[in-house]
Amino acid sequence: MGAEVNPETDELKSLPLGDLHEAANARFGGFAGWSMPITYPLGVMKEHLHTREKAGLFDISHMQLFEIAGKGAAALLSRACPLYAGSLATGQSKYTLFLNEQAGIIDDLIVTRLGDERFMVVANAGNAAVDEAHLRELGKDFNAGIDALDRVFLAIQGPQAADVLQTAGIAGTDLEFMHGYEPQPGWFMSRSGYTGEDGFEIGLPEADARALVAKLLADDRVTWIGLAARDSLRLEAGLCLHGQDITPEIDPVDAGLTWAISKQVRGQGGFIGSEALQAKLAAGSGRKRVGLKPEGRQPVRSGATLVDAGGNPVGIVTSGGYGPSAGHPVAIGYVEKALATTDSQVFAEIRGSRIALHVHPLPFVTHRYHKG
Amino acid sequence: MAVTYFTEDHEWLRVEDGIATVGITDHAQDQLGDLVFVQLPEVGQTLAKGDAAVVVESVKAASDVYAPVDGEVTEVNEAAASDPALVNSSAVADGWLWKMKLADTNQLTGLLDEAGYKAIIG
Repeated sequence: MGAEVNPETDELKSLPLGDLHEAANARFGGFAGWSMPITYPLGVMKEHLHTREKAGLFDISHMQLFEIAGKGAAALLSRACPLYAGSLATGQSKYTLFLNEQAGIIDDLIVTRLGDERFMVVANAGNAAVDEAHLRELGKDFNAGIDALDRVFLAIQGPQAADVLQTAGIAGTDLEFMHGYEPQPGWFMSRSGYTGEDGFEIGLPEADARALVAKLLADDRVTWIGLAARDSLRLEAGLCLHGQDITPEIDPVDAGLTWAISKQVRGQGGFIGSEALQAKLAAGSGRKRVGLKPEGRQPVRSGATLVDAGGNPVGIVTSGGYGPSAGHPVAIGYVEKALATTDSQVFAEIRGSRIALHVHPLPFVTHRYHKG
Repeated sequence: MAVTYFTEDHEWLRVEDGIATVGITDHAQDQLGDLVFVQLPEVGQTLAKGDAAVVVESVKAASDVYAPVDGEVTEVNEAAASDPALVNSSAVADGWLWKMKLADTNQLTGLLDEAGYKAIIG
């Protein structure tokens, strides 16, 4: 379980389908304790563009699926997340958060209601162990079982993803965006993703996954996409990466994620961090998460300090790189509230040269989710 | 007659008439992946061996390219700056980065030949 590097050996964990990535000549790198395919021979640029044009296949088995079941399942999730889990319709998915008592973001998650008393939670690899411990601790007060599932988890993303699945004879392509279900025992499928494109995520047993991958790769519209392109795709789509853009030190107000918390939930509270969140909402935000477009061609990377024209520190870049579809460098960061308006100008110092950045609306590339 | 040398930092230099043309190796461009930005030195700039002369940025990361020897920059490859993908497609030819006038040809003796470089990258 979890995503911790084994302290004894410092060894990275291998994905269950690692041999398939090796056979595809992937280049591997460590991420959240896992040896992950970073790029394939196609290269990050073409992998990125392929996903926006056709259909990209991602192995995201480093992420963790939790099944929460029992009479107290909805109540447990409504305590752990700023969410009324009981008001989700069966099949409905919701982007939500685990908050700490200070309303800092422990993790961001997708919760899907599978049935009256059953929910699926999809959590980030880097936080899987923390999330599981958190859920189990909270779970003591609720009548709910917490099961960390052992699954291969695949994402197929892009405008042709639905057609590819349909061609392969896979059920579920009639799902609406942000809905999920169990098409067969051991499988979980949702219409969702983290690229800004239409797509699906499918959790399934390893043997089934091998058969599915073979079927999908037989379609010439499909190719493996590595973690590097996954990062540039989500960055263009303005989506947060936990550990960079959101952390336990950042709350949903600063992060601009209050859209994920209904007014009713905010008002009535009951979830962990509700008092701190209400206080923050009343006091207002001193800094805001924004999109940033560097002038010129040089990417401005995560960790770069942002200053105003007078050289005073006014923020920090939390994710930055190049946007292959945008055709220019793209970044996400935090700036003081007064500067958090489109076209405000800030600067970063990189190797002695000063680069201007403008606050840019997110996403950089329009989302193309399937809205039915 | 031009002679080509290599460094352990994955640069190549082709020396002819006291002028070295410098670039990164094909192995280096392959490791870096798709380049999106190349920052060249200034013509006339004096470089000491080991100075960061060029910054190349791929989609994911930034890397320095070091001056393999001492010398003065005589020419830079603007084509590589305006189209960084040129360094990926032609690292050892059209994707050269800068030319420099050698300050001390004795420094060349410490560099690798092609066989030596290939032994390093395996």
